[in-house]
Parts: sequence; C-alpha cells; structure tokens
Amino acid sequence: MKYILLMSGTKAGTEHYHAWSQKDIQAHMNILHKINKDLSESGEFVATQGLSQPAEAKVVRGEKNGVPITDGIFPESKEFLLGYWIVDVASPDRAYAIAARIASAAGPGGVPTNMPIEVRRFASNEPPK
Amino acid sequence: MTMTAMTSKWDANSEHLLRELAPQVLGTVARRFRDFVSAEDAVQEAMIAAFTQWPQEGVPENPRGWLIQVASRRLTDQVRSDIARRERETTVAREAEVIAPMVDLKSDSDMDPHDTLILLFMCCHAALTSSSAIALTLRAVGGLTTAEIANAYLVPESTMAQRISRAKQSIKTSGVGFRMPSPQERAERLPAVLRVLYLIFNEGYASSIGMQMQRLDLAREAIRLTRAMKALLPDDGEVTGLLALMLLTDARRAARTGPEEELIPLDKQDRNLWDQEEICEGIELLTAALAKGAVGLYQLQAAIAAVHDEAARAEDTDWPQILALYELLMRVSPGAIVSLNHAIAAAMVHGPARGLDLLKTLDSQLSGHYRLDAVRGHLYEMVGDHESAIRHYRIAAGRTTSIPEQNYLITQAARLEERST
Amino acid sequence: MKYILMMNTMRAGHGVPGWKQKDLQAHIAFMMNLNKDLQRAGEFVSAEGLSFPDQAKQVRAGKDGTPITDGIFPESKEFLAGFWIIDVDSPERAYAIAAKISSAPGPQGAPLNMPIEVRPVMSAPPPDML
Repeated sequence: MKYILLMSGTKAGTEHYHAWSQKDIQAHMNILHKINKDLSESGEFVATQGLSQPAEAKVVRGEKNGVPITDGIFPESKEFLLGYWIVDVASPDRAYAIAARIASAAGPGGVPTNMPIEVRRFASNEPPK
Repeated sequence: MTMTAMTSKWDANSEHLLRELAPQVLGTVARRFRDFVSAEDAVQEAMIAAFTQWPQEGVPENPRGWLIQVASRRLTDQVRSDIARRERETTVAREAEVIAPMVDLKSDSDMDPHDTLILLFMCCHAALTSSSAIALTLRAVGGLTTAEIANAYLVPESTMAQRISRAKQSIKTSGVGFRMPSPQERAERLPAVLRVLYLIFNEGYASSIGMQMQRLDLAREAIRLTRAMKALLPDDGEVTGLLALMLLTDARRAARTGPEEELIPLDKQDRNLWDQEEICEGIELLTAALAKGAVGLYQLQAAIAAVHDEAARAEDTDWPQILALYELLMRVSPGAIVSLNHAIAAAMVHGPARGLDLLKTLDSQLSGHYRLDAVRGHLYEMVGDHESAIRHYRIAAGRTTSIPEQNYLITQAARLEERST
Repeated sequence: MKYILMMNTMRAGHGVPGWKQKDLQAHIAFMMNLNKDLQRAGEFVSAEGLSFPDQAKQVRAGKDGTPITDGIFPESKEFLAGFWIIDVDSPERAYAIAAKISSAPGPQGAPLNMPIEVRPVMSAPPPDML
C-alpha cells in the first residue's frame, strides 16, 4: 500500500533551519540520507522530493479569457510543503514507523526536531481488489 | 561462444518461449552450482542478454543450452573473481580452485521437469514477505525482468531489485535447499504458494483498466504460472480450484468498466462481453476438482464465480446456490469480508431486511471499513430507504481508497438523490 | 522543468460532494481527459489522489522512536487532496495547466476555480532533503 509522508514548515521555521550551524545541518542531512538508503534497501522506497521555497510558488485560481489568475503571496505564518517521501509498505503501522523516524531526525545540538510528519494513504486508480 | 548457423527468426512467440525457459534454466544451473542465489542473478543476466541479442541475431537452435551456457559462464567468472579477490585480501592458504563444470549442450540429464515446482515452493517460502515472494516468483519462475515487474507494480526498478535481493537472502538464511519438498512439506507450504499466485492475479485483474493498459498483464502471468503448477500437481483440488477461479474471474474483464472507465457492478454488466471460452474451461476444471472430494477455499470461491458466470442474465443468477456456498465458505475460511458477501447473498434470497440484520453483527469487526457502508447503502436502497442509502454510499465513498470505486459510490448517491427530488 | 501542482482541501466541508449525477460525471470526465491530454503532450509525470483528510495521521516520535499517531491537526489546516507532477517547457505552461485544473466543472457545470498551488520541483533532491 502506498503512502505519502509530508513534511511541512513555515517561513519562520525554514529561516530558523538555515541558521543552524553547518555541523547540525550536515548531521540532519546525513540522517535523512540514511533513512532514504534504508528505505531503498528494504524495497519500500518509491520517491522522495524536496520542493523549492515558496518564493517560487504561485497559487492559480481559474482563468480569465484563457489567462491564468495567479497570486504569489503567502502569509508569513502559513504552513507550506517542504518535501515528501512516497513509500510502498505492507501495513499502515510500517508507514507510521517510517514517519516517526523522519520526525525524530536530529536538529540543532543533536536534539530531535520532532516536527510532525503527516501520513496520507494514496487513493488508487484501480477498482478495489 | 560459437554462433551456430541455424538460428530462427525472432517472432511473436519468441518472448513467450524465452520466458518459459527461465525456470528450467534456473533449475539446471542452480542445481549444478548448488547456489540458488547466485544462479538466479546469473540467469537473469542471461535472459537480458537473450532479450537484447536474439531479436537481432535470431533465436539459437538450442535456446535452452544457450541460456545455460551464458549463465554458467557468468557464474564461473563470478566465482573465479571472488576467489581471486579473496586471495588478494588474505595471507591464509589458498582455497581449492573451482573447476567450472563442462556444459554438455546435448545432455538433458540435468533437466528436471519439476524444477518449476521446486522454484515455486522456494520463492513462496513462509520466510519471505508477500511482496518479496511475489517479486522473486515473477522473476525466477515467470522469467520477467526486474524492470517489467517494477513497472507492473508502479515502483522504481531499484526498489523492485531490492525486494528480489532480500527475498533471496531470506531463502539463503532459512536454509531451504534446492530440492522437491516432501509430500508433507508440500501440503504445509502449498497454501503460501497459492496465495502468492492469487495476489499476483488480483493485482493484475485490478490494474487491467484505463491508463494502466501499458503495464504487463499480471493476471495472464498468474494464470500461466498456475497452469504450470496444475500440470505438475494435477491431482490437487485447490491448485485446480485456483486456476478455475482465475479463469472465471478473468472472463468478466471486458465488461467490468465502461467507456469512461467507470466501474460496472456485476448485475449491470453486459454479459455478451464475457469470455465464454474462459468460463467453459473454468467450469470444466472446477467440476473435475470438486469430484476429488475435499473442498477448499479456492474451489469454493471458484464455485461461487461459476454460479454467477453461468447466469445468462443477472436475474437468472442462482442466489440460493450462492448463499449455500457462502455458508460453506464461512466454515472453511471464516472472515469479515466473507460474512459481508454472505449477507449480500442472504439479502438476495431472503430479502434486504435480512441482509441488513446480518450486517449488524459485523459492526464490530468491520467498523470504519468502506465495504460495510457500501453494502449497507445498497441494501437500504433495495429496501426503499433512500435517505439511509445515500448517507451510507457517501460515507463509503469517503473511506475507499479506490478512485473508480469512489466515483461509482458518489454517482449512486447522486442518482438516488435526484430520484427523490 | 518539473512542477508539482497541488490541490488542497479544508477538513470541514471536504468530503463527498452532493452534486447531481450529471455534474459528477462531467467533473470526472474532465479530470480524466485532462490527464490524457497531458500524457499525449508528453508532460505527464504522475497524478495521485490522497485518501480523505479524516484518515490523515500526524506522526511524532516517542521516546524510544516509536510513532505517536494521535496528534491533532489545527482546525484551519489545509490538507493536500491530490497532486500532479508535470514536466513542461516553461512556468507559463505550468500555470496554464494549473488554471485548467482549477477551472474543472462543478455544480451546474460552473468552473470551480479551486486554488491550485504551483511549485517547482527539484530534479534531484536538494541538499535539505538528502
């Protein structure tokens, strides 16, 4: 069963992250890298993606005379998607366990960030089995 | 390698032939080198080489021999290089050199027609997870490439390669040898094999619609492998039953979805689109299986499918027969979903109120499961309580993870709502 | 260049639309044809729908790493309902596709004008995510 694990943040949050020490950022990256490697090895990895900063983001609401109506303003406090993992696992509990591992990736000073990871199951394009 | 002058043209049947050879070649090589794990890799490489070269150079006169030779050579090279590496790395006394066995292309003494069966038992061993058993079975027995299997399951190739690798490690760790299991072991392990084949079939059957057309037909693969199994275990009622179930289900494939890829339930399908040949064969097989006495899970499910498939029109369906079969199934393989289907059959025979009563007993086991609400919706509609029907269809739609199913349920609710306004 | 197009939904009022059959069918057909057009144009990478937000779980790690799954989402949270990943020649093309999705028909066939968020996707995971 396929799940998407979503990591979100706020503008303030990512600015804070970018102010971590080099050492802490590297340690954090290494943990996430190891998680991806383990998921590959266990045969559960489908995809992972990071998204660009919301400065590059647009919200489109409909079109007028064939021209998209876009809006690029994100309120400061709005949460936005930082990135995701897509995994193919044998049970929901396995999805939660992977999410917990991501959530506990270390932050500054080696203390777990414990940012929550949202876990959502994919809908399928197939009839139910 | 000598190129024989006698090659034949690669044609529409060649791919099928090549795949059939895979388990035979694997059996021979694994037995000769006594290393299933390495042999499987080597055979896979030989298969890929064949897929690349034969369409251009032609199919060799002895395709089986060609594959064995290429796989053996790879294995020998691998063993030699492993030894060379160890010799470089260690100061301890040298190990004995491995002499590569001569490959006698003319001799069939290594070929054991039961290799496919041995492989199936190995690949579906209880030590493996379902997903790794499925992956390894499709490659080692089905002769599919890793890329093809990955594509069929919509995961990256590297992920599928890992599942196969882990599967083989599990086999290695479990110490399962490359030999035919004893009759007692076979009896114990057969359910796991049948389950893997059934899972492959289900995946294939579900994905045989719409945009998934490009993917490999796993349902056909499952049928092919189950046929091979039946040829080797002709007296096993459950193996025959499973094949019958697959054929009787697959027969309805063309009628399952409409032009907009919408789901069409059984009672609304255009039965002219059902494959009568598959139905005929399914019923023949089933009749033969049932005659053997003990009735198992797959035979029962096949029997239910047969009753449906035999009805020329939905209204001709022999529901009392189906109800009786579900009652048997509930004893042989009790479970919430079986009970749910039993409730539907009871509703068709004794009226929807009876079905709704039975559903009440399932609340604790199936709470939150979309199918319970979907069936409730259907029964409330039958009873004439449209408001409850609409409510349950919508709850079910919110819970199912299948988009076609969701669309179907939402549409049913909308249809009812329009009727009452 | 790859973009992700995200369709969000609020938790309250999500759920199964109570539209007329005809409008439902038009909406479903619209989405299906949109995906087919994207495939034909070679712009389609993937499209996924997610199960409804009431089944979403917020996971934190407990003391020994075991998952804690009873986290409550804020009332005002927007949930991802589904997304497309497209590979297009320009940002303008990405916005145009988003506009098309946004204008999918709803009740009485009127365009829904749902907000679709458009973000560039990294071709390889950026250092942050590695």
